[in-house]
Amino acid sequence: MKPIFEYTKGMTEMPTHYCPGCTHGIAHRIIMEVLEEMGDLGNTIGVAPIGCSVMAHQYMNVDMCEAAHGRAPAVASGIRRVHPDKVVFTYQGDGDLASIGTGEIIHAAVRGEKFTTFFINNGIYGMTGGQMAPTTLIGQRSTTSQDGRSKELNGMPVKMSEMIATIDGAVYVERVALDSPAHIRQAKKAVRKAFELQKQGKGFTLIEFLSTCPTNWGMTPVKALEWVRNNVMAYYPLGVIKDAKEEEQA
Amino acid sequence: MTTDKVLMKGNEAFAEAAIRGGARLYFGYPITPQSEVPEYMSRELPKHGGCFVQAESELGAINMAYGAGAAGGTVFISSSSPGIALMQEGMSFLCSAEVPLLAMNVSRGGPGIGGIQPGQADYYQVTRGGGNGDYRIPVFAPSSIQEAVDLLYEGTELAQYWRNPIMILADGMIGQMMEPVRLPDFKPVPKPNEIAGLRDWACTGYADRGGDQNRRVVKSLRMQPEKLEEHVEKLFAKYALAEKELCRYETENLQGAEVVFVAFGTTARICREACELLAEQGVKAGLIRPISLWPFPNKAFDEIDFASTKAVISTELSMGQMLTDVQIALNGRLPVALCHRTGGMVPTSPEVAARAKAVLEGLK
Amino acid sequence: MRAFKLVFRPEKCKGCELCRSVCPKDVIGMSPQVNAKGYHPACAVKQEACIGCQSCALMCPDGAIAIYQLEEGDQ
Repeated sequence: MKPIFEYTKGMTEMPTHYCPGCTHGIAHRIIMEVLEEMGDLGNTIGVAPIGCSVMAHQYMNVDMCEAAHGRAPAVASGIRRVHPDKVVFTYQGDGDLASIGTGEIIHAAVRGEKFTTFFINNGIYGMTGGQMAPTTLIGQRSTTSQDGRSKELNGMPVKMSEMIATIDGAVYVERVALDSPAHIRQAKKAVRKAFELQKQGKGFTLIEFLSTCPTNWGMTPVKALEWVRNNVMAYYPLGVIKDAKEEEQA
Repeated sequence: MTTDKVLMKGNEAFAEAAIRGGARLYFGYPITPQSEVPEYMSRELPKHGGCFVQAESELGAINMAYGAGAAGGTVFISSSSPGIALMQEGMSFLCSAEVPLLAMNVSRGGPGIGGIQPGQADYYQVTRGGGNGDYRIPVFAPSSIQEAVDLLYEGTELAQYWRNPIMILADGMIGQMMEPVRLPDFKPVPKPNEIAGLRDWACTGYADRGGDQNRRVVKSLRMQPEKLEEHVEKLFAKYALAEKELCRYETENLQGAEVVFVAFGTTARICREACELLAEQGVKAGLIRPISLWPFPNKAFDEIDFASTKAVISTELSMGQMLTDVQIALNGRLPVALCHRTGGMVPTSPEVAARAKAVLEGLK
Repeated sequence: MRAFKLVFRPEKCKGCELCRSVCPKDVIGMSPQVNAKGYHPACAVKQEACIGCQSCALMCPDGAIAIYQLEEGDQ
């Protein structure tokens, strides 16, 4: 028998604590698959956030450092100064990156920090029980927006990737989704591109994953994927938001 | 050891001492009265192959320090009172994750934004810990630029040895004044590829160590209460040792003293002058100068001449914060009084001497 | 014609059914058994129909699926 798909050595054997159908597991896996394919698992230092993925360091089989809520980009900036030749990444949710850690992520991009950020956007605070995130859609219900998010009260959902793309130090920003095999293949290509640009020392790279939270959205895992396709992508369109190299050539 | 003394401003001497002590990473944010430290670092660190980053905030700075420390770097940070307040979240993380850091607070008057003149009202903040959870940070309070230089130079090693932040508390007076100092020699600095071996807990990528069976994780999360309790107990066993080994103080003229001042930093210098003034007036006064504020030098108080001493005066640029520790150390053996100014005001030595006489008078 | 073998690790499966939802050939079903976590794990109900597209393994959040191509001599 010839293996055509096996679980990456980039993931530990520990079962994840994620709910059934949560796409964190897919995001973890493809990041680690890319590092394994690039031969870089042993040269990587990852930074885990606060949020549902707070225990990512138990699952991602690389050296890992845990960061306080929102501070992962600052922690990664520090790690980068000590190990300029290693691969460094942060893995952050929307509460972590788009709310409490906006200062850290923006200024990491401004400095053109040579690490990659994986931004998991599922529009909700999963770990604390389904509260409204800065990325919760208008009308979307959460435990702190029980009649649905109101534009008057909360403003429109923040588009972090578009905001970061305006910063010169950010060289590659792409939004991908984890709702289908085709999109997961594309997501993996984006992860690889970001890591390659990082290794070439080009600057800051960010991949945003449209992700799900079946439990707090109150949907089956399959319905949650449909919701991403039908609702989330309409507001957060997929695609390359910034590719500094292509813009330079154009 | 270089033999010549050079005249230096406190803040610049602090920065140079940290570099000579081996610190090659500095993350900071401008704040008065310590902005000369980041300025000096931005200019000098690159000359030594080091890295200076002007962070977006003190939150950014402390977390960069945490990351660099977790990666095995030798890190120095500095700030002043409100900036140190912003760093408290990070300090709690560093202590739990056992990440070394040399930190300096060139403190000013508070609360709130307060003022920019010297203060010691961060005593509780630095000795009790402003962050969440059970942890301790050793704090040293120099009373001269030379002493600060020596403590900072030693501090890089202490931080690595204890795998904990080490705090140097210098008030704005010591940061801003100029004194002659003798600068120590440069310590050797480990190269990036030597870190994995030297600091056997640091995140360096496991390729340096043979494979993923040697994977390293720097963290503070422990979801099971049994595990968290076990971890905190382990930390406190370490702190118990530190309490014994890091206790430092000086005493002066305790034998036969009628009154004893307890003072650190700038205030200790003023008290020394006050002792001389009192001697001229026929009152014998002594001084206990805590150098370590945590661990507080309780045993220094056993050296008091209890046959002659009638009162002990906690002398501070704060509203009686160290007073509590003095009371604990004396445990009711003598009356404790307070001599203080605050908000950036500094007492003169005649003021302090007058206060001592008034305290003695009040006991009659 | 190429043939494939799906290997499930029922102890890792959380029964989310994402693999089943993306299989173009309805190869996957849910086992009537429950695993130690209390879920009905995914299993191959029509192994011979598998075309080796890997969609199921790509969608699996829990690393519960491996796919092998059968070679001559394989059972």
